[in-house]
Amino acid sequence: MKHLLARAALALTLGLGASAPALAQVNPTEKSVSEDALFQALGSGDYVVGRITIPDANAGYLIKPDNKIWAALQGDTLHMVSIVAIVGMIVLLAAFYMIRGKIRVDAGLSGRKILRFNVIERFAHWTLASTFIILALSGLNIIIGKTVLLPVLGEAAFGTISAWGKIAHNFLAWSFMVALVMVLVLWIVHNIPNSVDLQWIQQGGGLLRKGVHPPANKFNAGQKVIFWAVILGGAALSFTGFLLLFPAEAGTPADWQFFQTIHAVTAAVLSAIIIAHIYIGSVGMEGAFDAMGSGEVDENWAREHHSLWVEEVKGSSGSARAHPAE
Amino acid sequence: MARMKFLCDADRCIECNACVTACKNEHEVPWGINRRRVVTLNDGLPGERSVSMACMHCTDAPCASVCPVNCFYTTADGVVLHNKDTCIGCGYCSYACPFGAPQYPQTANFGTRGKMDKCTYCAGGPEADHSQAEYVKYGRNRLAEGKLPLCAEMCSTKSLLAGDGDIIAEIYRERVVTRGYGSGAWGWRTAYGETVTV
Ligand code: HEM
Ligand code: SF4
Ligand code: SF4
Repeated sequence: MKHLLARAALALTLGLGASAPALAQVNPTEKSVSEDALFQALGSGDYVVGRITIPDANAGYLIKPDNKIWAALQGDTLHMVSIVAIVGMIVLLAAFYMIRGKIRVDAGLSGRKILRFNVIERFAHWTLASTFIILALSGLNIIIGKTVLLPVLGEAAFGTISAWGKIAHNFLAWSFMVALVMVLVLWIVHNIPNSVDLQWIQQGGGLLRKGVHPPANKFNAGQKVIFWAVILGGAALSFTGFLLLFPAEAGTPADWQFFQTIHAVTAAVLSAIIIAHIYIGSVGMEGAFDAMGSGEVDENWAREHHSLWVEEVKGSSGSARAHPAE
Repeated sequence: MARMKFLCDADRCIECNACVTACKNEHEVPWGINRRRVVTLNDGLPGERSVSMACMHCTDAPCASVCPVNCFYTTADGVVLHNKDTCIGCGYCSYACPFGAPQYPQTANFGTRGKMDKCTYCAGGPEADHSQAEYVKYGRNRLAEGKLPLCAEMCSTKSLLAGDGDIIAEIYRERVVTRGYGSGAWGWRTAYGETVTV
């Protein structure tokens, strides 16, 4: 080593650095690690890693080239996907409203009420709904807020809102999970797919044309889709969200990135679905909101949208005086 | 304008950790955070090399593209800085960074992350140059004093180079040509999309 240094020094002083003899000599450093060689051997997902003397073992990772793949996925792709999902759904619903208008009760309101959702069901629904909406807004803010809100609010206000949003997101997730389990337990029996659903789907749920009312039980096929999207999507969000909150449980940083991607995609899709749900449960359909508001719906609304359920609770004769079992 | 970069000539690094210590001292970096660190590759084997690494101040910085609150900005010198007032401690930049630069002081229970901290290229933050607020949040602003980052200035073997990318690349190229070997400009292809070819 000394020998070589001496020779290198000599070469330097003689100004022969690049001369052929210097390169031709035996070079004990030719076996040294080089970035070129390491990168050639690096498989996808591999890191350049070495020994570190500080207690933080993670600091031993020198270069993680693949982090840039996740950065592009998160910064560009998922950002676009989220915007398209939300804006796309709103445009679609606006178009639907313009063409089809509000779905009315064709027979007019009867003035007679049937209990559709009891207070426990409504409590579960509104806990789920309120937590989901705050989670969706604060979550979407994380990914598209900088494009949508930042220009409007300015950096300081946007920063404050985002910091509160993060806290809300981390804490409300737990109430959401509780409500999700409640909804699952309360409504799963009404959401098992059956043959009635096929007929409902064939007739487009009666959504597309006036006067078409395919029979349905307590929940029609469209609502079953919403139910399962909420249950499965909500479970996926809960599971991945938990791991994002406790990164040590998630495994490696690459695992965390994977769970983050699932979380973001699921959130975008479920948010879009829920916007459609909110539309049909409020401005989109006459009489629908009462089911979750007061819990009681107009009998004619019920006959048009859930004929089989009405028969179930009132008996097939449909006597106006008979009351639901509860 | 210069385009500031770091280049660690691993064939010269003797793993003395002076850069690490100098940085901690100059900026009063919080406990548990190392803005710069030295990683030894092939430890104990022939051809072992040590590389001093911090934030590389990337071109099209990945951290900036994932930050939900857009708190990163690139100065006219190509230095990637961030605003701790806006940062929400989400941790995303630490997953995007290929060099493990962003780190967090733990501020509360359950490992809650505080404001992100990373190498500033000794260039402070958005506050007024040399203000107390800037010093407390980001450390000394040597660049505004016309000085280069202290880590590189302290380097006992002049392994760690800081300065305009073209100039330090030229110095490195000359060294490699002169001595006949070089293990590469570590991190350059990942940070800048190009490496120093000799
Ligand atoms: C302000 C927003 C919302 C309104 C106005 C609303 C309204 C309604 C209404 C009226 C129903 C009963 C439909 C019927 O009579 O059959 C319902 C059911 C339901 N809601 Fe909501 N809801 C909202 C938000 C949410 C959110 C955020 C979620 C979940 C994340 C959710 C999940 C469900 C589920 C799973 C059902 C049962 C299946 C169905 O009817 O589609 N809702 N909602
Ligand atoms: S090294 Fe990491 S923190 Fe520094 S600019 Fe690049 S991605 Fe950002
Ligand atoms: S931790 Fe701070 S700087 Fe990093 S991405 Fe999150 S908000 Fe941005």
